[in-house]
Amino acid sequence: MIAAEAATAGAAAFPLLSALIFVPMIGAVAILLTTKSRPEFAKLIGLLASVMTGALTIYMLKEFDQGDAGFQFVSQQDWIERWGIGWHLGVDGISLFLVVLTGILFPLAIVGVDPHHGEKPYLAWLLMLEAGVMGSFLSLDLFLFFIFFEIVLVPMYFLIGGWGYEDREYAATKFYLYTFLGSAFMFVALIATAFIASDGLGGVTFDLVEIAENGNIATTTARWLFFGFAVAFAVKVPIFPLHTWLPDAHTQAPTAGSVVLAGVMLKLGTYGFLRFGLYLFPEAAVWSRALWLTLAVIGIIYGAIAATMQKDLKRLVAYSSIAHLGFVVLGTFAFTSQAITGSVIQMVNHGVSTGALFLFVGWIYERRKTRQIAELNGLQKVAPIFAAGFMVVMLSSIGVPGLNGFIGEYLILLGSFQTARWWTVVATAGVILAALYLLWAYQRVFHGDPDEANQSFPELKVKEGLVLLPFLVAIVFTGVYPKPLLDRIEPSVDRLVAHVAENSDVETDPSYTTQRGEFENEHGEESEGEESHGDEEGEG
Amino acid sequence: MLLEQADPVLNPNFEPEVLWFALSPLLVLVGGALLLLVVGALTPKWPKGLSAFVSASTAGTAGVLAIVNWDDISDRGPQTLVAGALAFDKFAMWATIVITVSVILVSLLTDDFIRDTPNDGPEVYALYLVAAAGGIVMASANDLIVLFLGLETLSLALYVLAASNRRNDPSAESGLKYFVLGGFASAFFLYGIALVYGGTGSTNIGEMVVAIGNTTAGDNDAIVLAGIALLLVGLAFKVAAAPFHIWAPDVYQGAPSPVTAFMASAGKAAAFGAVTRVLVSGLPSFRDDWQPIIVVLAVMSLVAGAVLSVVQTNVKRMLAYSSVSHAGFLLVGVEAAARTAGDPVPGLGISSVQLYSLLYAVLVIGSFGVVTVVAGDRDASLTSFNGLAKRKPLLAVAFTIFLLAQAGVPFTSGFIAKFGVIRAGVNEESYALAIIAMVTAVITAFVYLRIMLSMWLREADEDAPAVTVPFSAGVAIAIAATFTIAAGLYPTPLIDLTDTIQLVR
Repeated sequence: MIAAEAATAGAAAFPLLSALIFVPMIGAVAILLTTKSRPEFAKLIGLLASVMTGALTIYMLKEFDQGDAGFQFVSQQDWIERWGIGWHLGVDGISLFLVVLTGILFPLAIVGVDPHHGEKPYLAWLLMLEAGVMGSFLSLDLFLFFIFFEIVLVPMYFLIGGWGYEDREYAATKFYLYTFLGSAFMFVALIATAFIASDGLGGVTFDLVEIAENGNIATTTARWLFFGFAVAFAVKVPIFPLHTWLPDAHTQAPTAGSVVLAGVMLKLGTYGFLRFGLYLFPEAAVWSRALWLTLAVIGIIYGAIAATMQKDLKRLVAYSSIAHLGFVVLGTFAFTSQAITGSVIQMVNHGVSTGALFLFVGWIYERRKTRQIAELNGLQKVAPIFAAGFMVVMLSSIGVPGLNGFIGEYLILLGSFQTARWWTVVATAGVILAALYLLWAYQRVFHGDPDEANQSFPELKVKEGLVLLPFLVAIVFTGVYPKPLLDRIEPSVDRLVAHVAENSDVETDPSYTTQRGEFENEHGEESEGEESHGDEEGEG
Repeated sequence: MLLEQADPVLNPNFEPEVLWFALSPLLVLVGGALLLLVVGALTPKWPKGLSAFVSASTAGTAGVLAIVNWDDISDRGPQTLVAGALAFDKFAMWATIVITVSVILVSLLTDDFIRDTPNDGPEVYALYLVAAAGGIVMASANDLIVLFLGLETLSLALYVLAASNRRNDPSAESGLKYFVLGGFASAFFLYGIALVYGGTGSTNIGEMVVAIGNTTAGDNDAIVLAGIALLLVGLAFKVAAAPFHIWAPDVYQGAPSPVTAFMASAGKAAAFGAVTRVLVSGLPSFRDDWQPIIVVLAVMSLVAGAVLSVVQTNVKRMLAYSSVSHAGFLLVGVEAAARTAGDPVPGLGISSVQLYSLLYAVLVIGSFGVVTVVAGDRDASLTSFNGLAKRKPLLAVAFTIFLLAQAGVPFTSGFIAKFGVIRAGVNEESYALAIIAMVTAVITAFVYLRIMLSMWLREADEDAPAVTVPFSAGVAIAIAATFTIAAGLYPTPLIDLTDTIQLVR
């Protein structure tokens, strides 16, 4: 008991979240200082920094108090006092698993694929990217969030431009400008938010919690401001019709870049909606929900249909991301606890399964120097383990019960059905389409007899298998036993949903704000939901 | 005040009290210029680099004196000097610091650029110092005539500097173009002064404000408004705001690169000092009339700078158009200041403009510094930057830092600068202007990405001339790059200082 207390006290004193940002940043600088003649130092430092960050996130996960809905490990320092800007970091159930995902995905991406040249700058950029992504997920200050949100563009630009495929210059520039354009609106909106909210706060502050809890922004103003933020997030997610940068960027990025881009960077958008959209402007979010739900559903169907049509395997996975993130947006704007919990889980799941899919596509390209589906066939015969791994990941992406993808999509659809019925009905068709395009692709690539070019397709290597293992563990574990995740995510989501309900006229029925116990039970939400809600309160 | 007290009939023994120490930065600069010219002409050839050293250390001394004066102002409050001709306030001292810092960095750049060429000698440095003195007078003038003197001192020095590469046709063309157009703009400005004098009965800014306050509304409005229009033409020309920016790309391209760096840094800081003095300080009661014009100038500069920079193939022209767009950003700050001009509590506009001009000055000198080193006397075409990352990695890193800062990427000074002016604009509810500014920033980002692309991703031509980084230029670029990053990471001290900036009249 005393030991446990001491540990918590130690955890509070150690700036864990700042360390999550600074360890990769220092690693990146250290890599730049290594000499060219000893490239192994760069690799070593890169691995060390990313593994250390990953270990820190796991430590954070262990220390995370699952009953607490508020922000934990909070670190608050003055930075630019006169402008009301502080170094304010914190993690709650919504960001927790995204941070852990980031911490684990980066070392795997670094180990999983070797760049073919310029390892030193490559690793430095990757670590800088990690620092930026971590910072975005952890920031509780509008200014701080914005600078991290923006800075990730630079390493990603150079990763795509420097280590990508044929059209990399075009893709990198398009990626940068598209996202930058979105941020332009957010930049103005966030400054305006700080100033407009300052009337009731006794001074200008960019502190998210302060503004969201105590700031008083007039309804119409808040709607405008919300749209300023929403444009930036919609580009990042991406929400149809702002998605056109994504297929290019994903396809042209080097494998590690795609893994990170799909795995965590797209989540900056969906996470932004939850943290800065719903939390800051609940009324505006509710007011505009029909728009977002519609765009989300269009994204689901459009992404799926477009994915079906692709000839390039990597482009197919890229379009599938649009569909998957459509589900996340759908869940976000359903405003039920279940749906938002599902969205958070889906964000993590998509990171895991799409990250793994991109790794597979990268390995296929390394072996065959092509990503064209038409040129690949019969791989299952020559590389059965490779095919089996791909199959599991693909099934997870489709959302087969027992694997992680199912949990997220199911919760989203279940939660959304209560408040956004017809949108959910259409979205459900997207689940079927996902099975169509992925299974069809699998069939074309892996089934049949291999032709001459595919005869010598090498089997999964040990190193690749080891990289894949954490992905498979996450896929199966989450699919079979999601409770540990749900336990940590739900309190924060409940708090967010309550915040939205309090500050808007959304018809949130308290009976389904928590929905843990009856997860397998589609019927009788009413009565059991109430019980479950009561339990929650009793625990708290 | 100046006219009454100095009137020999009323007060034959009048001699304005002169606070010599308050004027010391100016005097040091002029003294340094004279030293360079006179001693340089009378003594045999100086050791290499000595002229640059004298110039940089003179500017450094002036900068230190300005900092000392800044503290004096903190302690004793601002005042006017020389019978109200000059303002002695933090605004003036900040401009002095910006301009002297520019002189130091540009002197370092110039040293190797002109060494062993027929242009070597103390003249260029003397002109830098004279121009700096002129610029400081512009930014601290409290009288329109004095301001005009400063403007002409700065401009004449810049005309000569632009043409200072004597064996080079584009340089001569640049100088001539700048001279003809600049003279034209000065004439507008002077006529504007005359009309404002006609309307208010004084050229002293303090007296102008009093006079306008005393007249019954509408008395001499037409004359003053016409004067304001002409003043704006002259000022917009000096800051290179669209549609008065046409000279900038040609002059920037033709002038020797270090001189271009000087024009874009010190020249811009001085010109924005003058804009603030004339409009915000001198004509606050007409702010509703000139504020919309500032909006138009800002929007046009932002859009023209961004759109036209995209189609350029010469890096100096790209940076010239980008400097037009930066002028647009500075005007966003001026516009914010316009909305509170004359109010007892000044808004955020003036301090944001001053913060911007320091941060921009350093990073634009760094940018043109890299251009100086890479292109030298030759044409700075985009292809000459191909493969720079392989040839000179550190130089490419430095240029990347400057370009990212110009694009306003976080953790660089450029972001803080943009944040400052947009913050000032948003605080005054100029949302549309702020959004236009940010959207055009995306367009200019394309240009910076293009340059980065050719540095990092393209291969150099076989016959690309070797790039050597001379020591002093390397020092200047390193200082500028370090400052750009440091100010981006921890801008707090600079913000604390600029927040205390105020104007006196």
